[in-house]
Amino acid sequence: MHGFANPARFLRIARWLTPVLLFGGIAITAVALLWGLFRVPPDRLMGETVRILFVHVPAAWLGMGGWMTIAVASLVELVWRHPLAGIAARAAAVPGAAFTAICLLTGSIWARPTWGTWWVWDGRLTSFLVLLFLYFGYIALSDAAQRDSGSSRVAAIFGLVGAVNIPIINRSVVWWNSLHQPPSITMGKSAIDAAFLWPLLAATLGFSMIFGAIILLRMRALLADIQADARLRRKAMRGTSGMEAQA
Amino acid sequence: MREALDQWAFVWAAYAISIGGTALTIGWSWLAMHRAERRRERSRER
Repeated sequence: MHGFANPARFLRIARWLTPVLLFGGIAITAVALLWGLFRVPPDRLMGETVRILFVHVPAAWLGMGGWMTIAVASLVELVWRHPLAGIAARAAAVPGAAFTAICLLTGSIWARPTWGTWWVWDGRLTSFLVLLFLYFGYIALSDAAQRDSGSSRVAAIFGLVGAVNIPIINRSVVWWNSLHQPPSITMGKSAIDAAFLWPLLAATLGFSMIFGAIILLRMRALLADIQADARLRRKAMRGTSGMEAQA
Repeated sequence: MREALDQWAFVWAAYAISIGGTALTIGWSWLAMHRAERRRERSRER
């Protein structure tokens, strides 16, 4: 694993992996969404609104997956001081927050014709809203640490502690009474008909590849900024010491 | 009495938000990377 700690090696891999994930993900997502929109039959209970699940479920998966990325990368940063781990955690925050917001909005749009209301304060919806606020907190903390050249340890600890919300989101529909349905896909089992399951899995794969590409794009941006800052600092110090020598 | 809602309008709204949000995030991240890599190149030339 420490072999990947080398930024030069990471950049060599990221340069070819980014377009593969991005364009591959866009192609798979486009096929899955067109399949979900025009080939899947309406559901017996949900009617046409079942099609919203092909964007809502991948967004929910990536909202939680984004925070798990932050938590694992934060742990690696704190324990092994892996230089790229902190960058990976920071890079996952914005796309994670974006997909969490998409999940909340599409869920609300789905709920209106299905449940008759845009929002209910039940365990699943509330814990997912808390996840969005956790993302905002993490982004603010890590930006402040970078701006003030401070330690990213506080953000990393926040990323780890915030992971406690993930099992709460996952189990909320089992622990509390909710309008939200219980888990339809569990380890090795699915309560979803194959007509809906395959486009759902394809959409989840496509959006996950896009998510991976966004993380790589943001990691490359953060790395380039760090390298430019370090180079400018070195040049400024060289200039100062040169002036002192002349004096 | 149940309201008569056009279910397709909700479907299109959800897809527009998802595709638009994803495209915005990709575009923003690509621009940030492009800008940062140009800045790194400029710092090398100075």
